[in-house]
Amino acid sequence: MAPVLEVSGLNTVFHTRRGLVRAVQDVSFSVEAGETLAIVGESGCGKTITALSLMRLIPQPPGEIVSGSVKVDGTDLLRLDDRTMRQMRGGKIAMIFQEPMTALNPLMTVGKQIAEMVMLHDGLPKAAAKNRAVEMLQMVRIPEPARRAKEYPHQMSGGMRQRAMIAMALACKPKVLVADEPTTALDVTIQAQILDLIGDLQREFGTAVLLITHDLGVVAETAQRVVVMYAGRKVEEGSVSDLFARPLHPYLRGLLGSIPRLGSARGLALSPDERLREIPGMVPALSDLPPGCAFAPRCAQADAKCHAQIPPFEAKQANHFAACWQA
Amino acid sequence: MDKPPVIAVAGLRKFFPIRRGLLNRRVGDVRAVDGVSFSIAGGETLGLVGESGCGKSTVGRAVLRLIEPSAGTIAINGKDITTASKQEMRALRRQMQIVFQDPFSSLNPRIKAGDIVGEPLKVHGVGRRDEREARVAQLFERVGLRAAQMNNYPHQFSGGQRQRVSIARALALDPGFIVADEPVSALDVSIQAQVINLLMDLQRERGLSYLFISHNLAVVEHIAHRVAVMYLGRIVEYADKVALFAKPLHPYTEALLAAVPLPDPALKRVKHRVEGDVPSPIDPPSGCHFHPRCPYAEARCRSEAPVLRDVGAGRLVACHLR
Repeated sequence: MAPVLEVSGLNTVFHTRRGLVRAVQDVSFSVEAGETLAIVGESGCGKTITALSLMRLIPQPPGEIVSGSVKVDGTDLLRLDDRTMRQMRGGKIAMIFQEPMTALNPLMTVGKQIAEMVMLHDGLPKAAAKNRAVEMLQMVRIPEPARRAKEYPHQMSGGMRQRAMIAMALACKPKVLVADEPTTALDVTIQAQILDLIGDLQREFGTAVLLITHDLGVVAETAQRVVVMYAGRKVEEGSVSDLFARPLHPYLRGLLGSIPRLGSARGLALSPDERLREIPGMVPALSDLPPGCAFAPRCAQADAKCHAQIPPFEAKQANHFAACWQA
Repeated sequence: MDKPPVIAVAGLRKFFPIRRGLLNRRVGDVRAVDGVSFSIAGGETLGLVGESGCGKSTVGRAVLRLIEPSAGTIAINGKDITTASKQEMRALRRQMQIVFQDPFSSLNPRIKAGDIVGEPLKVHGVGRRDEREARVAQLFERVGLRAAQMNNYPHQFSGGQRQRVSIARALALDPGFIVADEPVSALDVSIQAQVINLLMDLQRERGLSYLFISHNLAVVEHIAHRVAVMYLGRIVEYADKVALFAKPLHPYTEALLAAVPLPDPALKRVKHRVEGDVPSPIDPPSGCHFHPRCPYAEARCRSEAPVLRDVGAGRLVACHLR
């Protein structure tokens, strides 16, 4: 099956007073219909800039997408004029954010916002659009959807707002859903509800989901494939089972070793007297990257070559890729 | 009799008045903390877990009297501090400190890191100036910063380093008790482990007691000895860490544990989700606060609030059914 979303050779930079910052370097990946690809990494790794680049929501200037292509169903979004791109956004590719208030208009009722979307994209008349809005709210399991449609975002709880934003994003049945930390601001019981919801809707509509997150637990429970980013580059990619069972890059191995796990009380994880494995140091500033592998200064296995040359991103095993001289 | 606990809290309540109208009349209360009791021994960590709005941070502030409790008693090393005057409190604060979640807003951006850490020493008139500086340098080294960084301002530090500065400040007066309110929640995953290890090392070295407030159950399971689970202002389960995580008794604890996504794709768990949102603490549900979301709720749960009772081996649960 041909992928619905195909990103290749994406490079996004920011022109700052301190010089050129390469936020995304040579990032490629694809997502099929009904599939979830997770991009994981810590703050500053470029995962959110990647997502915003796909949506062409990078503020220009200071940002600039310097090269690459972002194909949705074969159409390269980076070559579209602004008007066509606006139709793609929300129509073919939609995005949900960590903080729903960044996407919802505080001065408009939730129902009206969704109705406006479907009027614009699907050309529905007003009454039909209103009905669609209520239907969507029901679909995201908001109780009493007809009443809730008349509410403003501030009248809703955080979890409810997240549902409303998902309803809006999916109202025009986009092919691709970009979800940037969609549950990070939510409580754990609400997070579980929202992740279930996204999964159910994805199965129903066959949506390709690009999930941006820092939470390895969320990745393990929702994604089929994973891209790990560090300092603007891909450092590892593969199926979720391969990555968690046989992580290749020392960064991913370090991350998996550093998180405390539920289950130590039952002897399933390391005992509480054991120290967590630390990754020494911190993420380098993108404006001041080392010449070789960006992870080398924190890596126990790094040798002279690692400090001097950027490792190529290549297949190390079947369908399992990494950028590491040592792996 | 053994040594008294480092901190003992009984029947702690904090109500925030809701005022409305022209005369600003009190029309009700937000029962943020509604009768919370616990104690922490020397060298022990009590994990306080729950979702946003459950009152856990209010508990952390009220036990230090950073906000005034509405009712209840707080004793530090056996001494009741509930009614201590402002002056007495200032002296008592040497024994109890707090580390906040957000190292970006809890450090004054205009003050050098060394002065931030040295300020408690200055306020309490500890040592001469050069002695204080030597002590601050020591603290910097101990929390994994370089003494040369004392001259830097907070913005020159990363998030993890700022949290180290906060910890150094909390340690300056050599307290026995530290409230750590979500101390690693704002940090990147690879930095969290560094800070957790530091907190645990310091505890071993100095016999510190922690009230460790967190919504992250995996972190609490790692760092705490005992755990209290809060829901809408009340403790619903209070138990030894191993017992609690091995077999949660309260349906809410069970739901919390089931909701945590596990970083292991090989585990296929049966998903039993709780429905609905956390209700508003302004108008909490009758009876057991959890009953509208509880899959096991019976008629009795709707009318009668369960008391936190001992179900054996020092384990407390507030549920009619367990």
